[in-house]
Amino acid sequence: MVAALVRLRLLVLRNSLKRSVGQLVAVIIGALYGLFVLGLIVVGLFALNLAPVDLVRTIVVLAGSVLTLGWAILPLFFSVEQTLDAPHLAVYPIPLNKLLTGLLISGVVAVPGAITMIASVFTFGSWLRMPGIAVLALLCGIAGATLCVMLSRAVTSAAAGLASGRRFREAAGILIFIPLVLLGPIIAATASSLRQSADVLPSLAEAMSWTPLGAIWAIPSQVALGDPLGAVLRALIGAATIAVVFVVWRWGLARSLVTPVHAAAKVRAQGKLGLFARLPATPAGAIAARCLIYWFRDPRYLRQLVIVPAMPVLFWFYSSLTHSAALFLVSGPLVGFLLGVTLIADVSFDSTAFVLHMSKAVPGRADRWGRASAVLTFGLPAVIAVTLITVGITHQWAALPGLLGLAIGLLFGGLAVCSVTSAVLVYPAPAPGDNPFKTRPGANTALLGSTFISWGVLALVTAPEIVLLILALATGNVLFGWIGLVVGVVLAPITLAIGVRVGGGILDRRGPQLLVQLQKDA
Amino acid sequence: MTDAVNPPTSPSGYAPPTPDAAAALSIRGLYKSFGQKRAVDGISLDVPAGSFYGLVGPNGAGKTTTLSMATGLLRPDAGMVTVHGIDVWQHPLAAKAQIGVLADNARLFDRLTGEQLVVYAGLLSGMDRPTAVSRTKDLLQLLDLQDAAGTLVVDYSAGMTKKIALACAMVHAPRLLVLDEPFESVDPVSAANIRDILGGFVRGGGTVIVSSHVMDLVQRMCDHVAVITNGHVVASGTVDEVRGGADLEDRFVELVGGRRVQEGPEWLQHS
Repeated sequence: MVAALVRLRLLVLRNSLKRSVGQLVAVIIGALYGLFVLGLIVVGLFALNLAPVDLVRTIVVLAGSVLTLGWAILPLFFSVEQTLDAPHLAVYPIPLNKLLTGLLISGVVAVPGAITMIASVFTFGSWLRMPGIAVLALLCGIAGATLCVMLSRAVTSAAAGLASGRRFREAAGILIFIPLVLLGPIIAATASSLRQSADVLPSLAEAMSWTPLGAIWAIPSQVALGDPLGAVLRALIGAATIAVVFVVWRWGLARSLVTPVHAAAKVRAQGKLGLFARLPATPAGAIAARCLIYWFRDPRYLRQLVIVPAMPVLFWFYSSLTHSAALFLVSGPLVGFLLGVTLIADVSFDSTAFVLHMSKAVPGRADRWGRASAVLTFGLPAVIAVTLITVGITHQWAALPGLLGLAIGLLFGGLAVCSVTSAVLVYPAPAPGDNPFKTRPGANTALLGSTFISWGVLALVTAPEIVLLILALATGNVLFGWIGLVVGVVLAPITLAIGVRVGGGILDRRGPQLLVQLQKDA
Repeated sequence: MTDAVNPPTSPSGYAPPTPDAAAALSIRGLYKSFGQKRAVDGISLDVPAGSFYGLVGPNGAGKTTTLSMATGLLRPDAGMVTVHGIDVWQHPLAAKAQIGVLADNARLFDRLTGEQLVVYAGLLSGMDRPTAVSRTKDLLQLLDLQDAAGTLVVDYSAGMTKKIALACAMVHAPRLLVLDEPFESVDPVSAANIRDILGGFVRGGGTVIVSSHVMDLVQRMCDHVAVITNGHVVASGTVDEVRGGADLEDRFVELVGGRRVQEGPEWLQHS
């Protein structure tokens, strides 16, 4: 039974790769990268043979704690695995304990589990000078990695009940995304405070070694330091942690087998057309209304929207670290760029719902224009506001016209370029209702080529604004900035009109092929 | 009327006869391959205007592929399709204005409310807002969805989702409705209501094509039927012609084959 579950997991992995060569190539590239990182970790662990025991202890305990914490938190944001989740297996008469074992082992043989297990086991490599400790480290590595996998399972199954409502799930996904975006500054702030007192790390490691997260990782070094009693105590903490996690997981799984996830729906009366009552009653206007509703209601779009306020905050932080305003000033153009190129995913996000546009014979140009104008309605004010605010805070008013010109040029240019690329290519995007952070295997690599081409074309299209902004900043001559603004404001709509026209023409011709691809990806 | 079907020739060098301009839907020599698999292997079919036409066949027979090509959603490798005399692949815009499509297994823009979705479909077809809104109101009432008009489609049940998709297909008053598996996962009461609506549509001069697995339903509901298997039409005509006095289901099994009379392995016998 256990073996069957593990085989099922591997089979699903293999078959999902078989579906398309592109996905296979992407997964191979991803695997090579993972192996490279893993190799570095293993080499690093062996290199620690040359380091004093205290340093080894600090590194292993802290890294182990972060790893364990990561396994506990990440499953909440990324759907780790759908194949072997409880609803799929609930119909089979599998004894609960066998199910638990099977799920545990299949978790270890999946890619993240395997990498964790290998890295953990190789902690023995740091103890070649003391063979007894090395064996102990090996065992602790296995226990630590097992705890990681169990922890992620326990968290997922315990959270499944809490987060079963669609609205709750979607809201939580986005709210949690904001600290993730700002993770850089948070880590940097922590790191800079740590740098000021480097001796904090060993004491932090000492503290972590008494917590459920770090206890297991501290056992070998505790013995090596000549403190067997401390090692035993930490082993007890570790064993207790594993036992508690196991009980929680068992309880969560047993419950999720008999209470499948379902969402309750509110029923409201008709009469509320929302944006459809306000925007022009043309195909393009209707598409713009629909896109706007999606931008503010669909987590996959909201995730991209969160970037608008997060990006200036992020850059403000970094420039305050480096005491240079340059990075902060780039926020406006960058927000313009990011909002412009988001359109590349638009048709892919529609998934097979795009068939409605096809069956109603929507002209390609109306489709393109509707999608682009939806982004413009909130993107243009956002870009102007961000540029004004960043310039205002830094008092670099001389840079304002050039920056504004570039920001507008990038927004319109991005929309124009993506109006064409999204008519040529769709890629496996998270399906409607999926976790917005889920990446489908191969999606990134498939998107990479077209993204780079789009960005290249975008750089060409906005070259005048870029050159003029650089001239303005280098010479300090405000005139160049003003020319940049005029060029941006004049060129931007022309670029977009061309993009909509070309993209619309391509969509008219290639619609059926696009639909076939969307059906394949669905 | 019984069509001569199955041109045994390959796509190359086969010139299909001209389609019947009087028919609501006329298909001539339609081919489509996916990789090695010939999904549709030379289908010719006439759907008379004002008929209630059933398209039946086993899973994977090519029904959905045929209907996709007939409605301008999938480009055929070869062949011609006309809708009321308009070539679907030469003049897709004019042809699609005549067709209402309910695609099987396609998603909807389900973050809209039911009402918004139908209005959206109406506006996409190019009608003005008052028309779209009033037609939406009528359709929601017809399909018994008024109470759920303000609910997001993502929160609809399977049957409600089918009904709202049907409303989207009908909102631009097409002359031809092409419905792929319209009764799948629809409860019996809703199915009966939908059948009444489609019956009314046909009596009002429209044409309906449904694909279905449920022979009993087709026999009761449709006046014409075509049986498709392995990408071929093996029989077509009025329901009475095709079933030839027998039950449609028996006749279907006889045409399609693959029926095995056996009681299953011994270990499945409990008495």
